Amino acid sequence: MRRTRTAIALSLAAALTLAACGGGGDDEPAEGGGAEETSAAGGDGGGEGVTIGIKFDQPGLGLQEGAEYTGFDVDVARYVADKLGYSEDQIEFVESISSQRETLLENGSVDMIFATYSITDARKERVAFAGPYFVAGQDLLVAADDEEITGPEALSGKVLCSVEGSTSAERIRDEYAEDVELYPAQTYSECVELLSAGTVDAVTTDDIILAGFAAQDQYEGQFKVVGNTFSEENYGVGLPKENDVCEDVNAAITEMIEDGTWEELLAEHTPEGFTPDASLNPPEVDGCA
Amino acid sequence: MGELLGSYDILGAFLVNVRLTLWSALFAFVLGTVLAVMRVSPAPSLRWAGAAYVNTVRNIPLTLIILAASLGLWGQLGVELAGRDSGDFIATNSFRLAVLGLSVYTAAFVCEALRSGVNTVPAGQAEAARAIGLGFGATMRLIILPQAFRGAIAPLGNTLIALAKNTTVAQAAGVVQAASVMNTMMEFRPDLAVAIFLIIALGWVAIVLPTGLVTTHLSRRLGVAR
Repeated sequence: MRRTRTAIALSLAAALTLAACGGGGDDEPAEGGGAEETSAAGGDGGGEGVTIGIKFDQPGLGLQEGAEYTGFDVDVARYVADKLGYSEDQIEFVESISSQRETLLENGSVDMIFATYSITDARKERVAFAGPYFVAGQDLLVAADDEEITGPEALSGKVLCSVEGSTSAERIRDEYAEDVELYPAQTYSECVELLSAGTVDAVTTDDIILAGFAAQDQYEGQFKVVGNTFSEENYGVGLPKENDVCEDVNAAITEMIEDGTWEELLAEHTPEGFTPDASLNPPEVDGCA
Repeated sequence: MGELLGSYDILGAFLVNVRLTLWSALFAFVLGTVLAVMRVSPAPSLRWAGAAYVNTVRNIPLTLIILAASLGLWGQLGVELAGRDSGDFIATNSFRLAVLGLSVYTAAFVCEALRSGVNTVPAGQAEAARAIGLGFGATMRLIILPQAFRGAIAPLGNTLIALAKNTTVAQAAGVVQAASVMNTMMEFRPDLAVAIFLIIALGWVAIVLPTGLVTTHLSRRLGVAR
């Protein structure tokens, strides 16, 4: 009995010590988090950090793997942040899921967003955009050996998967609803898994997103992007309505395209054989309104 | 507001929720009654099976059950509950899979509500039924269940309300309903976010409030006074 008590006392002491250490360690990130309050309005950075919203679940664009963030959007964000005067360790990446992007910018949780964020008029009512830094187009992902599906016109009677609430799903409903069976999934990973199982015939969203999924290790060689785009999505950098960095972000994007970094990053994060719509890419940035 | 109602089929979407509720309520009521009879039956194996079902299903999150019906049964195993050539194969298939998931889940709660109804019937009633020579089946059918249903109207009403709201989870199975239309509206009209929330919230109040009033009224009128 006494021995158990000693053991309990010892483990309690150990736990307390550990907790104390943990508590001490916690302070640092908390201080770093304080940087959130200083918005991008700071501009030149100085000693402050920058909080950038990205996707955490978009292979090839914005993906979280442990503490590492990879993808085209992420690297473009790093490049732009660097030009704005923030060093690598001053950047804090946070997740910005599609439906929360406007809110995150409005309440100051993030300073900018690089997350397959299409510039639209309705969104401009609430947020400002720099860019575009890429022009994507809605496309189809099909099995690698599928010769039948060559574009949206060849989808008659086929089962197509897209994410409910996305522009892609809505466009299919509006323009191709008669012929296409649409399965509205929760995530693109779900769609891709269903395509892999053969339950759906094709997955649709922006070409660069599809390319990212096709390039994942577990699906290597299984899929191909059809390459017949039928929309124009201008990926912009989401900024708060009131900001003074838009011009600088645009300058950084222009420089990135001119010095060849843009092409390098694109090649690095998309599978071999993927070519974006060449008539629209690389894009020219719009002026900040 | 009128603009939103004009460009998105919100009413049609809520109708899908209502249809999901009605079909699932029907199947869940039948399955739940069978389970409740099992749980109060004299056969230990039946009692055990009923208890095992309720305790398993009730403790699994609904989303997982719906996902199992959709991604498991259809996505991986290829189970189809609609004809391939029906024209809206995907919509019908998703709807039926969602009804399956919702029914299986809700049946566990219907069973427990009915069991509470059975408990309102005095033991003397069952003893009297036995004394006049009725077997277990006849006792349940003629004496216990009719009174149990009347005693269980209020908890069954609560279960129905929970089911109605749970139908939004059918989105996980790809059924287009109120929650899906809300997502779509949010994607396209972030500038009208508050109006969108209000419309959807009002829609739910319009569905749930009458259900509560009706079941309360029924439980007062039909409940057995003791």
